[in-house]
Amino acid sequence: MSLFLIAALPFIGAVFPALLIRAGRNAASFSAGLTTLLAFVGLMINAPAVLRGETIHARLDWLPGLGLNANFFLDGLGLLFATLILGIGLLIILYARFYLSREDPMGQFYSYLLLFQGAMVGIVLSDNILLLLVFWELTSLSSFLLIGYWKHLPEGRQGARMALAVTGSGGLAMIGGMLILGNIVGSYDLTVILQNKELIQASPLYLPALILILLGCFTKSAQFPFHFWLPHAMAAPTPVSAYLHSATMVKAGLFLMARMWPVLSGTPEWFYIVATTGLVTMVVGAVIALFKDDLKALLAFSTVSHLGLITMLLGFGTKVAAVAAVFHIINHATFKAALFMSAGIVDHEAHTRDIKRLGGLRHLMPITFTIALIASLSMAGIPPLNGFLSKEMMLEAAFHTTWAGSHWVIPGLAVLAALFSAAYSFRFIVHVFLGPKRHDYPTHPHDPGAGMWIGPALLVVLVVMIGLFSSPVAGPMVSTAAQAVIGGELPYFKLKLWHGLTPALYMSIGAVAGGAILLMLHARLEAIWNALPRPEAKTIFDAIIGAATRLANSVTDALHNGSMTRYGAIFVVFVAALSSYAYATGTLGDPTRAVQAAGPLHLVAWACLVAATLGILALHHQRILALVLIGVVGLVVSLGFNYLSAPDLALTQISVEVVTIILMLLALNFMPKETPRESSGGRKLRDAVIAIVGGTGVGALIYALMTRDFLFPTISEFHLANSYKGGGGTNVVNVILVDFRGFDTFGEIIVLGIAAIVIYALTETILNSRVRARLLNRQPDMPQAGDAHPLMMVVATRVMMPIALMVGAYIFFRGHNLPGGGFIAGLVAAIALIMQYMASGFAWATERQRFYYHGIIGAGVLVAAATGIGAWFNDKPFLTSAFGYVHPPYLNEFELATAALFDLGVFLAVVGAVLLALESLARFAWQPGMSTEHAMDINPARDDAPETVNIENVKEV
Amino acid sequence: MSHLIVTPVVLPALLAPFIIMALRHHLDLQRIFSIAGTVALVAITLALTVQASDGSVQVYDLGDWPAPFGIVLVLDRLSALMALLTSLLALGVVLYAVGSGWDERGRHFHALLQFQLMGILGAFLTGDAFNLFVFFEVLLIASYGLMIHGGGPKRLRAGVQYVVYNLLGSTLFLFALGTIYAVTGTLNMADIAVRVAELPAEDTALLRVGAVMLLLVFAIKAAVLPLHFWLPASYANAPLPVAALFAIMTKVGAYAILRVYTLAFGPDVSATQGLVGDWLLPAALLTLAVGSIGVLGAREIGRLVAFGSIASVGTLLTSIALFTPEAAAASVYYMIHSTLASAILFLVADLVMERRGGAIIAQRPMPQTGLIASLFFVGAIALAGMPPLSGFVGKLLVMDAARDSDLVWSIWAVILISSLITIVGFARAGSILFWESHDAAHAREAEPEPDEEDEDLPPPVSAPASNLTFVAIFGLIGGLVLLTVFSGPAMNYATATADALFDPTAYIDTVLKRSPQ
Repeated sequence: MSLFLIAALPFIGAVFPALLIRAGRNAASFSAGLTTLLAFVGLMINAPAVLRGETIHARLDWLPGLGLNANFFLDGLGLLFATLILGIGLLIILYARFYLSREDPMGQFYSYLLLFQGAMVGIVLSDNILLLLVFWELTSLSSFLLIGYWKHLPEGRQGARMALAVTGSGGLAMIGGMLILGNIVGSYDLTVILQNKELIQASPLYLPALILILLGCFTKSAQFPFHFWLPHAMAAPTPVSAYLHSATMVKAGLFLMARMWPVLSGTPEWFYIVATTGLVTMVVGAVIALFKDDLKALLAFSTVSHLGLITMLLGFGTKVAAVAAVFHIINHATFKAALFMSAGIVDHEAHTRDIKRLGGLRHLMPITFTIALIASLSMAGIPPLNGFLSKEMMLEAAFHTTWAGSHWVIPGLAVLAALFSAAYSFRFIVHVFLGPKRHDYPTHPHDPGAGMWIGPALLVVLVVMIGLFSSPVAGPMVSTAAQAVIGGELPYFKLKLWHGLTPALYMSIGAVAGGAILLMLHARLEAIWNALPRPEAKTIFDAIIGAATRLANSVTDALHNGSMTRYGAIFVVFVAALSSYAYATGTLGDPTRAVQAAGPLHLVAWACLVAATLGILALHHQRILALVLIGVVGLVVSLGFNYLSAPDLALTQISVEVVTIILMLLALNFMPKETPRESSGGRKLRDAVIAIVGGTGVGALIYALMTRDFLFPTISEFHLANSYKGGGGTNVVNVILVDFRGFDTFGEIIVLGIAAIVIYALTETILNSRVRARLLNRQPDMPQAGDAHPLMMVVATRVMMPIALMVGAYIFFRGHNLPGGGFIAGLVAAIALIMQYMASGFAWATERQRFYYHGIIGAGVLVAAATGIGAWFNDKPFLTSAFGYVHPPYLNEFELATAALFDLGVFLAVVGAVLLALESLARFAWQPGMSTEHAMDINPARDDAPETVNIENVKEV
Repeated sequence: MSHLIVTPVVLPALLAPFIIMALRHHLDLQRIFSIAGTVALVAITLALTVQASDGSVQVYDLGDWPAPFGIVLVLDRLSALMALLTSLLALGVVLYAVGSGWDERGRHFHALLQFQLMGILGAFLTGDAFNLFVFFEVLLIASYGLMIHGGGPKRLRAGVQYVVYNLLGSTLFLFALGTIYAVTGTLNMADIAVRVAELPAEDTALLRVGAVMLLLVFAIKAAVLPLHFWLPASYANAPLPVAALFAIMTKVGAYAILRVYTLAFGPDVSATQGLVGDWLLPAALLTLAVGSIGVLGAREIGRLVAFGSIASVGTLLTSIALFTPEAAAASVYYMIHSTLASAILFLVADLVMERRGGAIIAQRPMPQTGLIASLFFVGAIALAGMPPLSGFVGKLLVMDAARDSDLVWSIWAVILISSLITIVGFARAGSILFWESHDAAHAREAEPEPDEEDEDLPPPVSAPASNLTFVAIFGLIGGLVLLTVFSGPAMNYATATADALFDPTAYIDTVLKRSPQ
C-alpha cells in the first residue's frame, strides 16, 4: 500500500467517528478501528521489503519553492514506530470502547484519537523535516484536545494547556533548528540530510541547531526539566494516557533523536547534552515515581524515567547503546501500555486510583492482577521478561561509559535509577493487589469484560514472548530499526537472557534487591519525602503563566489606554522624528525663488489669521466662540486663495465654510456648551511642546517647498495646454475636476455622499435607542428666542431662494469656462435650501420637500457614473468626455459637453449630501408639539394665539 | 477596448446608490442585490486575475488622458490578486452579515459595504498616488459607517477614535503628496518612479521627507507600531463581521508599501536610501510582539482577535520590510493567509459574542458550542500559524526568506516566541470559553448582568444562527485549505509577482507607454 495512503488513512478515518456517532457508539468505534486496521495491514504489506533492508519512498511535490514536499519513506525505524503506533492504536480503540462511559462524547474521542494517530504516523514516515514539523505540531494540537477531553474537569483543562505550552514551545524551537539544519545542508529532505554528517558537524551553526532540535525532542519526550507536563497530562482518559503518554507521542522525541542520530551524534556536545539530560531524567523520574500515590502519576513518572533511560542510551553515541535504545523502546511500549490499561481498569472498577485506598485486589480482580503482575515485573527488570533484557543492555552500556572522566557517575546513577524503578514496580503490585482484602473500596471492584482486558493481555503475551524468545520474535525488527538508526554496519549484539556473569548482571541483582528493601522502608521514606521541601512544577508553571497573562494584560492596557491625546502625541512625535531623520540624511539644494516682500494687506490678513488661531487656542472651551473664530480662519484662507488668483478655490472654500459652520452649530446645540475636564498642567505643557514641534515642522516643510521650483516639468503644464483643446473648457481648474482627474472627483462626491449617509444611519440608530427619551425630555440650557421663526428672516429667505438658485445655476453653467462648477453650485443651492429650514422651521420645509435626499445623492452618483459609462459606447475609457458646439436658431452658438452632465452629478450629490446631513441632525431636535403649520409665528392675520412656543407645549403633552 | 479593469470600481459605485435610491426600504432586495453584486465582483476579479497571471500589465486611461496627465488604473499580478482576495472575503462577510441578521441592526449596511468595496478595490487598482488618496478616503468614510453600524455608546466612542486617528493619517497623506508633487511635479506612481530615479543627488532632502511621510501613512493603514493605536479598540468594538471585512484594510496599507516602495522608492533608489527597511523591520517585529502579548492579555474576545490580527500584520510587515524578492513572495502568500485567517476568527468571535457576550470568562454553555468551538480551534490554529493550515507554511516561508538578513536571529526569535505566546493565549481563551463553561459550577449560573455601557444594544440572540453564517465561515476556511494544499502553485504566482515588483520596468513602460528599451 502506498505510504501516502497509510499516512492519510487515519486522517480520513478521523472524519467518520464524529459523524457516525449518531448511528451508535459501536459504529463510531468500529469505523475508527477499521481505518486503523487498514492502515496497519497496509504497513504490514510493506514490512517484508523493509525487513529485507529496502527503503520504500513516496514523493510528491507540495511547495518545492521552499523545499517543503510531501515526501515519505519507510525504513526500519519508521516501520518499528509505525507498527507500535498502529498496533497499539488498535488495542486502545478496543479498550476505549469499553472504558468510556455513556455520557462521554465518544465520536469526538475517536476523531481526536485518529487525528493524533495520523500525525504520529506522519512524523515517523516523513522524509522531509519541514513536513515532519507539520506533523510534530499536529501531535501537540491533537494531544491538547485529547488531554482536555473531559472539559468539565479543571485538571484536564490545565493539563492540556500545560502540555500544549511545553510541547508547543519545543516544537517552535525545533522549527528554528530544522531551518538551520536545512540551510546548512541545502535541502530539507531527510535522506539528503542523513548523508551529510561531516558538513553538519563542521558547521558553526551545528550547536544552535542541535540545541534547538533537542529542545523539541526533550519537551516532547518529557525530559528533565520539561518533564512536569506529563504527569499533569494524566488527567486525560486512561486510553489517552496509555496511548499518547506512554507508547507513542512521548516517544516522538526519542524517534527524532534516533532519526537524527547518524548526523547529530558522536560529538561531545551531543554526549553531554543528551546523555546527561537522559541520566538526570531517569533518576529524577524514578525517585519521584516511588512516592506517588496516584496509580497514573506513578506510571507517568516511571514513563519519564524510562524515557530518560532511552535518551541516555541514545546520548552515549555508541552503536551498541543505540541498539539497546531501540530494543527498550519496543519493550517499554509493550509493558507500559499494558500497565496503564490495568491502572485504567482498576480506576474504572474501583472508582479510585489512590494506592492508599487500594490493596488486596488480587482476589477480586485475578485477570487484571495477572496482567499487571507480569507487566510490572518486566518494568522492574526481572527475568525472563523483556524489560530485563533491555535493562541488562542499558547497564552494560552504562558500565562502559565515562562521564567527564569519571567511571562511576553513569553506572552508579543508572543502578540507583534501576533500584528505584524496581521499588515502584513492586509497589504497584504489593500495595494495590497484594495484602488483605479491604472493605472500604468506593465500589465493589471486579474484573471487567473481555473487551477491556484483551488489549493489555495481548501486550503482556508479547512481554513474555519477547523475553523468552527474543531473537526470533524481536530480533529482525530490532536489527532493521537499529540499522536505520546507526546508518551503517550493526555492531555485534545478541538478544538473549543469559550473557554470563557480567557486571550488568551484578548491577541488576543489586538493583532488584535494593528495590525490595526500599519498598519495605517505604512508609518511613515517604514520611521523610513528604517533609522535604520540593518545588511543585504545576504551581510554578501556573504562577509563570498567570504572571505572564497579567503582565500581558497590564502592558496591553497601559499601552492602549484609550487616550486619544496620547495616541495623537505619539503619532506626531514619531512622524516628526522620522521626517527629521529623512531630512537630515538628505541634501537640500539652495532656494531658487526669492522671498517676496509683505505689504500691509498681507500683514493684516496674517495678523487676523494668527489672532484667530491664538483665540481658538485660548477660548476653545467655549465652543460657540471657537466656532466663530474658526469661521474667521476660513475667511482669511478664502481671501488668500482669491488674492493668489485661485477664485475657484476661494468660492469653494467660502461656501464650504458656510455649510460646515451651520452644520456644526446644529451639532453644538446638543452638546455641552463648554468642553469637559482638561489635562493637568504638565501634560498640557508636554502636548504644547509636541504640537509646536509638529506645527513648526510642517511650516518649515512648506517654506522649503515654496522657496523652490519644481525639479521637473509638472503635469499641470499639460493641463494648461490641453484644457481648451482637449477638454473643451477654458477654466482649467474645472476641466481638471471634471475631465483630467474626473475620477478623483467621482470618488470625492462618493465620499461626500457616504458621509451624509453615515450621518443619517447614525441618527437613525441613536434615535431608535433609549437616547431618544432623553432627547424628547430635553430642556434647553439657554433661553430660547421668543420668536422661533422671525418674520423678517422668513420673508428674506423666501425672496432669496429663487435668486440664490439662479446664482447656483449661473455658477454651474459658467463653470467649464469661468470660475464656478457643479461643486460650488451645489453648495450655493444647498445654502439656499438650508436657509429655508432655518427661517421657516424644519417641519414647514420638510413638507415642501418632495425629493428624498437619499435619492438626490444616489441620483448624483448615478448620473456621474452613467456619464462615465456613456463613453464605453463610444469605445472610449470610463469618463472620457465629449463636447461639441451647437448653434440653434435665434441663439448664440454654445457648447455642449458631457463634462457638464458629470458636473450635474457632482451638483446633485453635493446638494443631497449637505441637506441629508442637515435633516439628520435636525431630527435630534424634534420634540412633540414643535411643528407648526405657520412658519411665521407672528402673523397678524391669524386667529389663534401665537404663544405656541415649544417648551410649554412639551410640558402639556 | 476592454473595460473590465474599471468594473470592480464602477459596479459597486453603481450598486450602492441604486440600493440607497430604490431599495432603501426593502431589506430583502438589498440583500439579493448586494450578494449578487459581490458574486459578480468575484467573477470579474477572477477574470482579471486570469488575465494578469501571464505577467502582462494592463493600463486603463481614465478619461482617455494618457499617463501621467490623467489617472490610470493598472492591472498586474499583485493588484489582480488583491482585488480577487477582497471580493472573496467580501462574499464571505456579506453572506455572514445576512445570515446573522447584522445587516438589519442599522441603516444602509449593504450600501456602505458596497462603497467600502469600491474604495478597497480602487486602492488596489489605481496607478496614481492622488487617486490612491481618494480611495483611501472612500474606504475610510465607508468603514467608519460600517464600524458604527448598530450603534451603542462603546462602539460610537471607539468609532470617534478610529475616524480621528485616520483623519490624522489622511492629513499626513496630503502633506506627503504635496511634498512629492512639489519635488517631482507628477502624481502618477510610475512617473514618480522615473523622476525619482533621475533626481539630482544634491537635492534629495525634501523628497526623502515626502517619501518617509508617505510610508508612515501606509504604516498607519497597516497598523504598524507605534501607529497602530486606532486598531484594537475599533476592531474589537465594531460589529465583528465588519471587523472581518476590515481584515483586508490593513492589507491595503501593506499592499501600498509593497507597491510604492518597490516601484518608486525601491531599495536600489539612491535618493531614498536607508529610509524604509531600517526602521520598518524593527517596527514590524515590535508589532508582532505587541500583538501576541495582546492576545495573551485579552479579556474580551473581540480584542483577542484584534490583537491576533495585529500580530499577523507584524509577521507580514516583517516579510515586506526585508525588501527582497523572496521575502516579497512570502509576504504575498502570507497576506492572503492573514486576511482569511483574521476574517474567519472575527466571524467565529461574532458567533460567540452573539451567544454569550464578549468577556472571556466561564459562563453557562451556549447553544451550538461544539461546532463553534471547533471553528474557533481552526481559526486560532490558522491565525497562530500552527500546522496544518497555511499560517504555518506562511511562517516558514517568511522565516526562510529572512535567512540572509542581518537580523535573521532576531526575526526568527521574535516570530517563534510570539507564536508561542499567541498559542498560549488562544489556548487559554479557548479553554475558558468552551471548556470551563462545562464545569458543573457554571452549568446552572444565571445570565450575567449586561454591561452598563451596552444597554442600548439589542439583547443576545438565543436561537441558533442561520446556516448561512456557517456557510460563510466554512467557505473562508475552505479558502485557507486550498491555499495550503495548493501552496506550490500559489507560491509560483507569488514569486512571479514579487519578481515583477522588483523589476518594475515592464510596469513603468506600460503605464507611460514607452517602448521597452
